[in-house]
Amino acid sequence: MTTASDMLGGRSDTAAPAAIELRGISKAFGAVQANRDISLSVPRGTIHGIIGENGAGKSTLMSILYGFYKPDAGQILVGGQPISISDSQTAIRAGIGMVFQHFKLVQNFTVLENIILGVEDGALLRPSLSKARGVLKQLAAEYQLNVDPDEVVENLSVGHQQRVEILKALYRQADILILDEPTGVLTPAEADHLFRILKGLRDEGKTIILITHKLREIMEITDNVSVMRRGEMVASVRTAETSPEQLAELMVGRKVLLSVDKQPARPQAPVLEVRGLTMVDIDGVERLRGIDLDIRAGEILGIAGVSGNGQTQLLEILGGYPEKGAKVSGDVQLNGAPLPLSGRGCDAGQRRRDGVGHIPEDRQVEGLIMDFTAWENVAFGWHDAPEFNKGWLMDNDAIRRDAQAKMERFDVRPRDCHLAARNFSGGNQQKIVVAREIERNPDLLLIGQPTRGVDIGAIEFIHKQIVALRDAGKAILLVSVELDEILALSDRVAVMFDGRIMGERLPGQTTTGELGLLMAGITDTQNTPAEAGIPPETTHDMPEGRA
Amino acid sequence: MDKMPKWADVILTPLISLILAMGISALVILAIGESPWEALKTMVQGALGSSYGWGFTLYYATNFIFTGLAVMVAYHASLFNIGGEGQAAMGGLGVALVLLYLPLPHWGLALPAAMIGAAAFGAAWAFIPAILQAKRGSHIVITTIMFNFIAAATLNYVLVNLLRPVGSMDPATARFPASTNLPSLTDMAAAIGITWGRNTPANITFLVAVLACFLIWVLIWRTRLGYQIRALGRSEPGAVYAGISPVRITVIAMLISGGLAGLMAINNVMGEAERLVLNAVEGAGFIGIAVALMGRNHPLGILLAALLFGFLYQGGGELALWTSIPRELIVVIQALVILFTGALDNMVRMPLERLFLTMKRTSRGAVK
Repeated sequence: MTTASDMLGGRSDTAAPAAIELRGISKAFGAVQANRDISLSVPRGTIHGIIGENGAGKSTLMSILYGFYKPDAGQILVGGQPISISDSQTAIRAGIGMVFQHFKLVQNFTVLENIILGVEDGALLRPSLSKARGVLKQLAAEYQLNVDPDEVVENLSVGHQQRVEILKALYRQADILILDEPTGVLTPAEADHLFRILKGLRDEGKTIILITHKLREIMEITDNVSVMRRGEMVASVRTAETSPEQLAELMVGRKVLLSVDKQPARPQAPVLEVRGLTMVDIDGVERLRGIDLDIRAGEILGIAGVSGNGQTQLLEILGGYPEKGAKVSGDVQLNGAPLPLSGRGCDAGQRRRDGVGHIPEDRQVEGLIMDFTAWENVAFGWHDAPEFNKGWLMDNDAIRRDAQAKMERFDVRPRDCHLAARNFSGGNQQKIVVAREIERNPDLLLIGQPTRGVDIGAIEFIHKQIVALRDAGKAILLVSVELDEILALSDRVAVMFDGRIMGERLPGQTTTGELGLLMAGITDTQNTPAEAGIPPETTHDMPEGRA
Repeated sequence: MDKMPKWADVILTPLISLILAMGISALVILAIGESPWEALKTMVQGALGSSYGWGFTLYYATNFIFTGLAVMVAYHASLFNIGGEGQAAMGGLGVALVLLYLPLPHWGLALPAAMIGAAAFGAAWAFIPAILQAKRGSHIVITTIMFNFIAAATLNYVLVNLLRPVGSMDPATARFPASTNLPSLTDMAAAIGITWGRNTPANITFLVAVLACFLIWVLIWRTRLGYQIRALGRSEPGAVYAGISPVRITVIAMLISGGLAGLMAINNVMGEAERLVLNAVEGAGFIGIAVALMGRNHPLGILLAALLFGFLYQGGGELALWTSIPRELIVVIQALVILFTGALDNMVRMPLERLFLTMKRTSRGAVK
């Protein structure tokens, strides 16, 4: 890609040296070539998107820019000057600022204290704090970056915490701002606000590198976009001259179906009926505040919402393992029989025997034991199943045979059931979990974040399997923070906010804007599902309003 | 992700660690003006050069196998049981009570009965820390080590005030009935016409220990309970998702662990001393931690590591007897072995992994 800098023009003069330029960067971890001969040129005053599947090498490249890794080969130029970035301090001095996906803030410090952390001007804090206060006021006015400087960080919303991260970088005089998957934790409205901030920063001459796997964001905000695949930079193009389809194809290396191909649902008898489900956690915080839900056989109910609004608790309770010390009340029926919500019968193993499958939100912490082999993971949760046991001993041969067959049917690669789960890519790990849960043919399947950290090719496959299970007449509860995924898969969408269902919509008759408002906790009374043609017993708008 | 071959992981790494530990020990011996070569010769001669030496080496190894297995089972549930010392001491009490108060006409009956007593007392001693960990979150490292002291004090009281025969000045129980004495390996060899050893403490318990290694291997890698123990050890949230009760498995794993540590008493109390004395465990509970670490928490590795530590114990004793190397130095040598094979394991492992990776890459590069 030696032509990258010629091809790409920013808003500013193309003759000026690029804000940042990479030449032939390579980096290997053991036998894995994470980055191979990467060249990239980002003109000053532009927003540059870097897109690629998980494991394509985006994060490695950014870690090299920020001095976390040393490249095996290649050169980095900042403002035309070659520099060697040996640690993050060097990167900061060179004007590079980084906003990580997981914020690096001290939770019980105030915003101001976080901002001066590491750049205090002396032994006493007061002068630094008052200086920072001035700078902060100015930045806030300039870029709509309003945050209360004296608020303790843990009291801030996720969107505001992200602003603190950006302010931290700007306070350190960053000219080049790198954001790693910045919208993963934001509501659509918060994301819009972030994009306005970024555009403002660009117009002031800052350079922004945006790492994401969301095509929509790339199209919406970037000037140029580079696509990474398997450690290589496969293309750099002007955003205006490309399309989401083309980018997806470049990312995966083949044509991809971006929408989910499915017939209208034919819902039958109700499978899951939830009434007034309430949960108070061990600290006395009310996590679920009277949830009502119905799912019929042969339909997918999607739960949209920013993570942390009770979705995890809902999945755990239905899955039979409420948090330690939590008080759960309400009425949950599966196929007309009540499910115990506490005590002896409330057990994840019993739920499985009752016909509830569960693809958990975090496959690396819950769904799989990462050190176990693939075959051991195929028995995970089902280790009591008679076909996996022979008297006192586990029938390891039978489990291996089953694992091998599942890996065949779900195209898990590499097709080696003796490999530890951690040695598979995210998509293949998820396929192992999906195969295990779907092939048990559960009456109700709970799904949390089915495609988080999964590459596009595997997403397509997993979505197909979910729809196939629905068409086989099973009830599916889908929780995802990816609004696109919810809209593509669900037959009905319920929005969760602060432990409540804010409303239900039909995916074909709503907009992301409307759902975004609900996700932010703003209820409206228009466009109720009843008017949209859903039988009245399945509507659960909350007329009583918010506390 | 490429890894180095398994043989390098399980054999080469500990071997290199061992050689490093021996090298530094040699330097220490040189520094006090003795010959490391002579010292090594004395140790090998004393521990492995005669059936007499072997008898002691196997006796010590038997102790370490049980305490090593105890650490291993708890480790797989991600519990660090450093209470083997106290659990083994209580196991001794269990053995003593069974043998002193039950009429057992033959060792063939006495052995299983004493094993039940030993395991039950060891397990009971592990139960309280286990339930505190499982239900209240009290850290098992803290509670098990406190229970070592409580066990020592309890035993002291019981021996001095309750079990000491009338008129005896020695804080120990009476001798166990002669009918319950276990056959020594020497007796057993003689029974099949082989003359082996004389007056050595090694007894049938060694075979029980080897059998225990096999059974624990089956338990951990072939049974449902073992699967649940390993799953809980690797990820507690995962275990909860899979319907495995952390409380139940934590308690069961600790009961098995404590039972194994308690079983050591079959060897030292029933097989060797034939009565219960103070401080019968002599630190074997702690050596078990090193044995489990060096043995990679696998029964076969534990068997081999226990033999090595048996050798160090017996050879070290000989060293103190025949050279002017002080007894304290043997502790230094043992400590070095523990340090290199246990604590500094990654120091050897990581360069070795890199070496194998480069070798692999160059050979693969040639193919490409």
